[in-house]
Amino acid sequence: MKVLMLGWEFPPYKSGGLGTACKDLTKGLSNNGVDVTFVMPHHSGVDDREFVRVIGTKGMKIKMGKQVGIKKVNTILTPYMTSKSYKDSHKKIYEIDKKEVSVEFDKNPNYDFIYGKDLFSEVHRYTKAVEELVRSEEFDIIHAHDWMTYKAGLVIRKVSGKPLVIHIHSTEYDRTADHPNQRIEEIERSGLENADHIIANSNFTKNNVLRHYGISPEKISVVHWGIEPEKSYCDDVKFKSPFEEKIVMFLGRITIQKGPDYFVEAANKVLLFYPKVKFVVVGTGDMMQRMIDRADELGILDKFVFTGFLKEEAVNKAFKMADIYVMPSVSEPFGLVALEALKNKTPIIISKQSGVSEVVKHALKVDFWDINEMTNKIVNLLEHKELYQELQENSYEEVKKFNLDEPAMKCKDVYEKILKTYKGDIK
Amino acid sequence: MVKVCMYFQVHQPYRMRKYNIFDVGNNQNYFDEKKNVEILKKISKKCYLPTNALLLKLLNKHEKFKVAFSFSGVFLEQLEQYEPKVLESFMSLVNTGKVELLSETYYHSLAYLYSKREFKEQVDMHRNKIRELFGVSPTVFRNTELIYNNDMAKYVENLGYKAILSEGADHILGWRSPNFVYRPIGCNKIKVLMKNYRLSDDIAFRFSDRKWKGWPLTAEKFAGWINNINGNGECVNLFMDYETFGEHQWKDTGIFEFLGRLPEEILKHPDNEFMMPLEIAKLNARDMIDVHEVLSWADIERDLSAWMGNRMQQSALKRLYELENDVKESGDLRLIENWRRLQTSDHFYYMCTKWFADGDVHKYFNPYDSPYDSFIAFVNIINDLVLRLKKLKENKWIKVKQRGAKVA
Repeated sequence: MKVLMLGWEFPPYKSGGLGTACKDLTKGLSNNGVDVTFVMPHHSGVDDREFVRVIGTKGMKIKMGKQVGIKKVNTILTPYMTSKSYKDSHKKIYEIDKKEVSVEFDKNPNYDFIYGKDLFSEVHRYTKAVEELVRSEEFDIIHAHDWMTYKAGLVIRKVSGKPLVIHIHSTEYDRTADHPNQRIEEIERSGLENADHIIANSNFTKNNVLRHYGISPEKISVVHWGIEPEKSYCDDVKFKSPFEEKIVMFLGRITIQKGPDYFVEAANKVLLFYPKVKFVVVGTGDMMQRMIDRADELGILDKFVFTGFLKEEAVNKAFKMADIYVMPSVSEPFGLVALEALKNKTPIIISKQSGVSEVVKHALKVDFWDINEMTNKIVNLLEHKELYQELQENSYEEVKKFNLDEPAMKCKDVYEKILKTYKGDIK
Repeated sequence: MVKVCMYFQVHQPYRMRKYNIFDVGNNQNYFDEKKNVEILKKISKKCYLPTNALLLKLLNKHEKFKVAFSFSGVFLEQLEQYEPKVLESFMSLVNTGKVELLSETYYHSLAYLYSKREFKEQVDMHRNKIRELFGVSPTVFRNTELIYNNDMAKYVENLGYKAILSEGADHILGWRSPNFVYRPIGCNKIKVLMKNYRLSDDIAFRFSDRKWKGWPLTAEKFAGWINNINGNGECVNLFMDYETFGEHQWKDTGIFEFLGRLPEEILKHPDNEFMMPLEIAKLNARDMIDVHEVLSWADIERDLSAWMGNRMQQSALKRLYELENDVKESGDLRLIENWRRLQTSDHFYYMCTKWFADGDVHKYFNPYDSPYDSFIAFVNIINDLVLRLKKLKENKWIKVKQRGAKVA
């Protein structure tokens, strides 16, 4: 069986869990005898450090099985982009290209700045490019990840006559806390309606798809994510925290979806009961300034540390230094990072509005809006060693049971089921 | 001759509220009255009322049919307050004269393991309650969750009891059968009745299990298994939660039909008869039972790990019993009662992490999402108790000082 996968760039240059999810799934599939051609959006433009961090990557060093072929598509798309963040990237890259290519940039007739002027034209360009790229490829089934790849998936489905499975990692409603961009919503809807099957990363996501898009439940399979079992970060190396205080950590894109404002409000209340604590915020996003302003307004900014974006290795160090990881997401389709925390032996307090809370038992769970309950749990966990140790040890044991084969096998089952019944479009 | 002894445990705890850190110092309502009443009413309808009605019919119909109950004090209290007609129906059963009531701790507690003084006080409270409501004085003792060891048997013997119940665990009995009466080692009066856990659990746990080779279990089939004991046993002790009937095993499993037919099927064999625990205790003891480690009827381990297996449970229990002297000295009756209600073993059972990942048995009527949540509510309440005690002490000092000032 051969799968054409329309995915996203692999870590360490990622800006969210989607890259990791794609890499892990591809790895799991190839370990289980499925050939994968992986189409990867990749900005092959100028290697500027600042950009490399956020967007492009050079020199892929992920070890994959022989059955994986990687095809790169030149685009500046990254997961979770919004119209605005696309424009920002576009502008920056344009400026750099201009500087690097030639002083006579404007006069150079050979230079063509190819990237679309807005998010939608870039998605369109990506779609065309992918169509061109896979023309000579052979495959049995198409598997597309999140809305930006759906159009391409549908086009290839039409051209090749092969069935399309779309994988939904988050809906537009999750990403925007129920204020969807109409055009994105339409693309997402068209993908969901026209695909042959849908894979959702949790029941939480499945329910959102049912609720917002009215898709029939039989068309959706839930495949929860796993995590590499052998990759246990928790060797005995201790990363010493520079602070005397205990550390409560927030990690993720600082966007409305991740509930950063609830984190600040809870921090404020925690300090009433437990003053010796630092709140470390890892990540960046459009709500960062608001977070800082609110902490300042509450007079607790000195209790906060903002690290900005951290790479994978640094993230693991941060987890090891942290005493508690809090994930107060308003809407968290899965929340792979919670499993990463557990791998580092950091106990977690997670929003009940998350996919990961469906699969992890040994975690403290709260409704994202319940700031008092969040406070109650943070304070008790900081205060009671016996609670802390039980939770830490049990959740560390529990996360060892996760692996990559199980989700991959479930996807494989979906492929097989679809291929068995797929007859192509009746024309 | 097989003497069949059926004993049913009836207990409902006062479940705690989701008491959080903002309640500490501000709220002395520790228990979730609404939820407790709701659960009590639900179980009354599904189990207590229909099973009592059935048993009354059976006791009247079969002269030789007898059973025994043990009620926790907190259960009886809740019936008095919220379900008096259920209490009356239990009274009617006792009035047949063929229902024995057993002694236990009023609060269904683990007090024996932490404070003998508290244990004794709760046993006395329970005796008084049973006498007050039913007009009888129990002579057979069963400790919470059949928790048992040599020392406890001796202690209970000294309280004047004729018999004590225990789990017929394989690792204690070895090659011996639970179907005889035994003597606890070091005792010379009291006898120990060992639960036949296989036959008991066939009803309590496996009755509706379609994968079990005994399924479907009919009264006739079960009576056949009882008859098989003839010749290699004198009694068979069937001990189980009363909620087995209609609650653990729902009505549509046929559990009521089974119970309804059981007495006549067992009595069909001329050598069989029913006996109450006190009558069983009159049989001769056939051997000594030696139990060093504490035994219970819970889970496969048959030990204390369901209530004391992890650090949260141990810490919660320690914190609670450390307050004993201060609580009792306070003289604040409401505070003493609050403290005692927190001793009910269920609170610690909810904190069990053993089978949590498998989402197993401990889920049953557990008001918490996780063992951690139940620990957090519990320690928050303990912190509030400590604050109350501190305040009471301070007030006392102020009074003493004022009195001193007056004298001067």
